[in-house]
Amino acid sequence: MKRYTIFVITENFIGILNRITIIFTRRGINIDALTASESRVDGIHRITIEVTTSEDMVIQLVNQIEKVIDVIKAFYHEDEGVVYQEIALYKIPVTRLDGGLEKVIRQHNAKIIAAEPQFVVLELTGHKEQTQELLEILKGYGLLEFARSGRVAVAKRMVTIDDFIK
Amino acid sequence: MKESMIRGADIVVQSLIAEQAEIIFGYPGGAIMPVYDALYDYHEQIKHVLTRHEQGAIHAAQGYARVSGKVGVCLATSGPGATNLITGLADAQIDSTPLVCITGQVAAHLLGTDAFQETDVVGISMPGTKWNIQVRRVEDIAPAIAKGFYIARSGRPGPVLIDITKNAQVDFGEMNYAPCLGFRSYKVHKPVEQSSIQEAAELINQAERPYVLFGQGVVLGKAETELKFFLDKTGIPAASTLLGSGALSQDHPCYVGKLGMHGNYAPNLLTNQCDVLIAVGMRFDDRVTGDLKRYAKQAKIIHLELDPAEINKNVKVNIPVIGDCKESLSMLTEAVEKKTHSEWLAKFRELEELEKEAVMQHDISPTKIGLTMGEVINQINQYKADDAVLVTDVGQHQMIAWRYFNYKKPRTQVTSGGLGTMGFALPAALGAQLHDYSRQVICVVGDGGIQMTIQELGTIMQTKAPVKIVLLNNNYLGMVRQWQQMFFDRRYSFTELNNPDFIKIAEAYGIKAQKVKAREELTEAIEDMLIYDGPYFLEVVVEKEDNVFPMIATGCSVEEVRLS
Repeated sequence: MKRYTIFVITENFIGILNRITIIFTRRGINIDALTASESRVDGIHRITIEVTTSEDMVIQLVNQIEKVIDVIKAFYHEDEGVVYQEIALYKIPVTRLDGGLEKVIRQHNAKIIAAEPQFVVLELTGHKEQTQELLEILKGYGLLEFARSGRVAVAKRMVTIDDFIK
Repeated sequence: MKESMIRGADIVVQSLIAEQAEIIFGYPGGAIMPVYDALYDYHEQIKHVLTRHEQGAIHAAQGYARVSGKVGVCLATSGPGATNLITGLADAQIDSTPLVCITGQVAAHLLGTDAFQETDVVGISMPGTKWNIQVRRVEDIAPAIAKGFYIARSGRPGPVLIDITKNAQVDFGEMNYAPCLGFRSYKVHKPVEQSSIQEAAELINQAERPYVLFGQGVVLGKAETELKFFLDKTGIPAASTLLGSGALSQDHPCYVGKLGMHGNYAPNLLTNQCDVLIAVGMRFDDRVTGDLKRYAKQAKIIHLELDPAEINKNVKVNIPVIGDCKESLSMLTEAVEKKTHSEWLAKFRELEELEKEAVMQHDISPTKIGLTMGEVINQINQYKADDAVLVTDVGQHQMIAWRYFNYKKPRTQVTSGGLGTMGFALPAALGAQLHDYSRQVICVVGDGGIQMTIQELGTIMQTKAPVKIVLLNNNYLGMVRQWQQMFFDRRYSFTELNNPDFIKIAEAYGIKAQKVKAREELTEAIEDMLIYDGPYFLEVVVEKEDNVFPMIATGCSVEEVRLS
């Protein structure tokens, strides 16, 4: 079992995400995280899916994703093959702000992105291990809410969408 | 509004005509009524067959597609009309049958409001279609249909569903039909790589006991002749999957029989003795392979396959040859040396003798009083035409009919393979027959399956399709009963049927019917049926508790194929 990032380059049509997630559902594979966004090219979307599974399985998933008619290309990488980031937000009550927390914020390079009379919101961007570490610490500071995005990633391999839509 | 504009419903029908659809199987209802209204004007250009249930319509379209090689077309209304297509879609998806199904949908402004007969058929059918789409605007109808036909028939064929809202059917638009010639996200197939052919050829040339397994891909790729030439040159023994039957004449000297759970003895057993396995247009279904951990482990495997997702899916292969097998087979034939494998072939023949003694003797020339399914099929073989189509349902009769039917021509086998859909045969036979009234279509069906779609006798009556229906009646859900006998201590849980008088039913539909109970009546009854001009219903009462052998039980290896 390993962590893989699957990239899917697709036409921007209704229902495409559904068609892709069905493939995971059928095989009983849990999607760890999924993000979808526009790509550099108009009308083409990219979906980034993070899964923990075997390489055999990820190959079969990618093959079946690529069979979806409106999918232009699907491929996968191990963590070493991608540059990726995740963003995490932490909501902390103001009553818990003290020197200790200030140190934590400095050490982790977190930012305060909102300050309200009752709470502040911290932001940390990085790999899951980093945002997770901060999460564990902030649990000791009365953490009110936590949210983390899926992986936003680009492949290290030098291929572009244009290679696929020729 | 410009004068050249026509209703969306007319665009639907004109698009079907532009795609050279000859026949539509369908059932009307509220949300598809504008299309039915349009059909009234085009009855000279396109035929419509009113089935008695939407499931009947889609299975008929499948039967039509399987024998003709063309796209089957199906029409249904929204809601229950659409959901009744789902079994057929799933069946066509797993058996790679090209279909375009058009469903009506509530008007666009009502979508998502639980309107009358609204169902999310695009959502429901997503896993069971190669592609589907909802069309909400008149201008999108023709492009969707063009794309649908292209997707259904190209590459690895499959079913397509196009859901058209009622407003799009009644609105007016321009009809500028342009057939779809491809689009960027869908690559039909790449040319076969010469290097893979070279590698495969080297392996084949060195092989001492090579073995060819062929499937429906040969039929879908129209590569029957290429397969024959390949075998003529290499002399390699070749066995067929269920859906591959017919791709090679059983009279061919290399033909050694059928694969799978109820296939022939030698082809299964010797899978684990070959040194090079050449799989052509087949997907190593679990019913073919048995236990994968003990499947052909000694062999190097070459897989000629169109769909890259099938490579290494079930069986790890040494040399994948991706591409159209019509192309790859002829390239391979060029590249291999001319050879014979008479010793190896003789091994198949030896084991065939064993099967003849242990199984076939009983099946074809039984000594028991009760008739067997095998002798019925054997009798049919004596009188059938070479290109007669055999349509079967699912269960014991399907396996027996497949085992004993003498396949000589391509596209003579129509059955529900991957999905195992009971109720498939009767409507599929109707569809197969309507493709060509003059071709012999023999529908072999069990007493369980026929009652799932028996209403289609009404469509046979109305169309006068001269289908020859052979009901093999053992008053049981025979295959389930066989499993109960073998694996569940004979606990016959809900498998015995209290059947109606089938002859009366057939006659009520105006179909000539006859019932056979005794061996001495059989030959004449079959002869009468096959020469009869028109639909015919022959019920044969067979032995109640007969079993299908050989058998590879679930979880067993191909080499554990049992003769009893």
